[in-house]
Amino acid sequence: MKAFTYQRAKTPAEAAAAVAGTPGAQFIAGGTNLLDLMKLQIATPHHLVDINHLGLDRIEATPDGGLRVGALVRNTDLAADQRVRRDYAVLSRALLAGASAQLRNKATTAGNLLQRTRCHYFYDVTKPCNKRVPGSGCAALGGINRNLAVIGTSDQCIATHPSDMAVAMRVLDATVETMAPDGKPRAIPIADFHVLPGETPHVETVLQPGELVTGVTLPAPIGGSHVYRKVRDRASYAFAVVSVAAVVAPGQTRVAFGGLAPKPWRVEAAEAQAGLGARAVTDVALAGARTTEQTAFKLPLVQRVLASVLTDPRG
Amino acid sequence: MKFETPAGRNPIDNGRIVGKAQPRVDGALKVSGLAPYSYEYHAEAPDAAYGVMIGAGIGKGRITSIDTSAAEAAPGVRLVLTYKNAPKQYDVGHAPPGSPPPEKGEKPGKHNAPQLQGPAIKHFDQSVAFVVADSFEQARAAALLVRIGYAATAGKFDLAAEKQHGKMPDEAPDSDIGNFDAAFAKAPAKVDVTYTTPDQAHSMMEPHASIASWDGDRLTLWTSHQIIHWAVDGVAGTLGIPTDNVRVISAYVGGGFGSKLMLYGDPILAALAARQLGRPVKVALTRPQIYNHTSHRPATIQRLRLGADASGKLLAIGHDVWCGNQPGGQSENAADQTKLLYAGANRLLRTRQTVLDLPVGASMRAPGEAVGLLALECAMDELAEKLGLDPIEFRILNDTQFDPEKGPERPFSTRHLVECLRTGADRFGWSKRNPKPGMVRDGRWLVGIGVASAIRNNLAEASGARVRLGGDGVLTIQTQMTDIGTGSYTILAQIGAEMMGLPMDKVRVELGDSKFPQSSGSGGSWGANSSSAGLFYACENLRDAIARKAGYNSTEVTFEGGKISANGHSRSLADVAGKDGIAAEGKVEFGDLTKRYAQAAFGAHFAEVAVDSVTAEVRVRRMLSVCAAGRIINPQTARSQCLGGMTMGIGAALMEDQLVDTRFGYFVNHDLAEYHVPVHADIPDMEVIFLDELDDKSSPIKAKGVGELGICGVGAAVANAVHNATGARIRDYPLTLDKIMAKMTVA
Repeated sequence: MKAFTYQRAKTPAEAAAAVAGTPGAQFIAGGTNLLDLMKLQIATPHHLVDINHLGLDRIEATPDGGLRVGALVRNTDLAADQRVRRDYAVLSRALLAGASAQLRNKATTAGNLLQRTRCHYFYDVTKPCNKRVPGSGCAALGGINRNLAVIGTSDQCIATHPSDMAVAMRVLDATVETMAPDGKPRAIPIADFHVLPGETPHVETVLQPGELVTGVTLPAPIGGSHVYRKVRDRASYAFAVVSVAAVVAPGQTRVAFGGLAPKPWRVEAAEAQAGLGARAVTDVALAGARTTEQTAFKLPLVQRVLASVLTDPRG
Repeated sequence: MKFETPAGRNPIDNGRIVGKAQPRVDGALKVSGLAPYSYEYHAEAPDAAYGVMIGAGIGKGRITSIDTSAAEAAPGVRLVLTYKNAPKQYDVGHAPPGSPPPEKGEKPGKHNAPQLQGPAIKHFDQSVAFVVADSFEQARAAALLVRIGYAATAGKFDLAAEKQHGKMPDEAPDSDIGNFDAAFAKAPAKVDVTYTTPDQAHSMMEPHASIASWDGDRLTLWTSHQIIHWAVDGVAGTLGIPTDNVRVISAYVGGGFGSKLMLYGDPILAALAARQLGRPVKVALTRPQIYNHTSHRPATIQRLRLGADASGKLLAIGHDVWCGNQPGGQSENAADQTKLLYAGANRLLRTRQTVLDLPVGASMRAPGEAVGLLALECAMDELAEKLGLDPIEFRILNDTQFDPEKGPERPFSTRHLVECLRTGADRFGWSKRNPKPGMVRDGRWLVGIGVASAIRNNLAEASGARVRLGGDGVLTIQTQMTDIGTGSYTILAQIGAEMMGLPMDKVRVELGDSKFPQSSGSGGSWGANSSSAGLFYACENLRDAIARKAGYNSTEVTFEGGKISANGHSRSLADVAGKDGIAAEGKVEFGDLTKRYAQAAFGAHFAEVAVDSVTAEVRVRRMLSVCAAGRIINPQTARSQCLGGMTMGIGAALMEDQLVDTRFGYFVNHDLAEYHVPVHADIPDMEVIFLDELDDKSSPIKAKGVGELGICGVGAAVANAVHNATGARIRDYPLTLDKIMAKMTVA
């Protein structure tokens, strides 16, 4: 870990300005991902701006019947909130499917959205990784990649976004709210928040330097059966091999996928096919998927899971 | 005392304390954080500097450049060691000066582990530099400033690709009995199947850690090690100093599973740096370093050829094993159990070891058997299915009461495999198993039951102890024996209490210090039986000394209730001990009973699994192990041992896999997030039954090891249950959901 300086911000505007105005500065909230990355010299901030005291830790009703979740609401608290459990069960279930109780107690809503990939090679500074060191190459493409992405990838990077929470937020059409260093707010649909790797896999979101995530807004409840089915290699404390977040209501089905792509993966056009079965949905949603020998199983697997979800959304 | 004739009745048979469940005597210290581990001797090694080891970033090749200037100029840095400035050390082949010659067949200095020996890189994360600074943070920051250039060369990292170059290892000669080829060729029922097991990591909780402190030419080393005198020998040998000048302390060890039988960078680098700086130096390996710098259980490829007659009697047993290691490394003797487990006149067992440039492979919990049984016990089920026989009846049909290679002249000392299978079948509800796979459903889950036999060779090692009865009536036991989480403190207290007629709270146990008498240490499941036997003889000598001092004829005395009694008279032990106390030593050495008798612990494992019919995720629902392992000294700590073994067996069956990147030559998943071991949610209801058994050929304690028996066969029982649930027979461990999904015959 490199030596760094530390500052505790008192207001969102102060925090955003501090990160924008200090070379090598980063926000720190729960630190469940950043501190690991710092110890491994994968993240090397010179300055940390602690945003834990900004008061962004509340869940509030919005005028149009939705919920506004503060950026610093802990995963545990969000999953346990009665309104979330009742109206956005897919989100509660996704949160509880992630990490461990200890990590969920510390991890924040914004931090969860911004967590880095779990690609083996991203975590190993002796190996090339375009996400960690742009232009160094991708060790995963010809290496161990069973847990990596099959769609939305590029020749530069096949990493997945590891979040469960974000997949549920995607299916709920959440909006990410931010504040720029000049104090201006911005609302970013979650569909547009994460970006695909393309030629720049080190760029993972549309956030500008110093732009601070202040919260996530959920639209008014849409009803239906809420499912988060996470497939993993052990019963708990494992990232998704694949996951399916679904809201199934009469005449309307929404589906997003985790473990398959560099961002929560949802193709709205595919959802219209739900009446024709899982295959019809995945044919559209995962059209153009590029698998490796190790990831080929993910396509039949996710289709089976989706079929099961559509057949019995309460199972 | 040499143990060379079967044990008769002795005070341990009284069973007042031995054989009864006793909670860990060190439990309170551990849960309150007061039990010090190797990195935590702050007061004893004050003002320690902190070391950070740097591991090689390539799998094979050489260092072409090293620039330490930035690190040396960094704040707080006291020393940067590389091969260019490392003090002279000695490799295997050089015993510590003044040591007696090694035992026959053993290399002198076989525990030596020199570091920073030159530019050659033999494996990933081999130590290449050691940075020492005033604080941990300074050392870690400076370590990142060391610039090392490498020239990588092609290495051998792929066992399957290299296996044809394998050679017969000295420690695993071919076993060729009868005429395997002819018998197998004409056997009416047979299987010829190849199983693979991956490299596995011990993943013990406590990392390898050391503090070194010098007083003149004398070194005190707190290090996490399973066998104290091996550590002393290896450190002294590596540094080229007499063993008398090295004191090693491993009072508490946070798990080892074999990983702490060897020396790695931490003790040697700490000792070198501390000597140079004239100041204690401490270092702990990081979790990622543990996976590639230290040892692992090597991968195997195993071909099983089993042939039987129509009734199910085995006619031919063939087990070919391929494994790999660094030159000079040990082989993974996965055919070992096949020598002893089942009858059959024609037998061919062969191991071939090839050179690999991966990190060094070594012992991990039940080396040989743990992976050998993963293959053998599944192949047995495959043949039973072909024969249309119940897997348990098929195993019982092929039971043997003598070493099948040597014949009836070498019987088993005790062998209750059949009783384990029958008892387990009864208790587990085996009769409800549907032999046809894929027939039992519970909602979307497919349910299956599986069984496997367990065997673990019983090993014994010389072991000594010192005992002292104080004027306060407290018995103090001292031995180099270690407690690696197994319960040594507790069982030795029980042995001492039983022998001297004292309650548990009048016994104090001190372990893991080289100033105490040499012991067996903890390895190969020999620790409990061997160290207890050494203590038994020490206590016998103490009983004699007390009786003499009390003026009693020692052949007629009893020790009970804190008193020595004879002929209607008695005196309190405290009184006899007086203010000076009475001390004695004792030691066990083992004669040829292990040659005259085949000695092994046996068991049967049962598993019920549910496999998600959609995702092929496996959940183990319940498990039972029935063990026959001689006297169970403490059913509570022994049960814990078995539960741990069963947990590790689930890991081996379903998830543990050190992924080799054969391009770079290293284990890619090198932390506990990516190297999966079971979490609590993976562990179901587990039960352990110990059959009543005494093995009078094992030692005066009549016990055998259970720590490794607990894992032997567990994974095969799980794999057999997965087959029963789904019809999928996976021969490539671990049984991950992608492999099962591809082979499930039902949905």
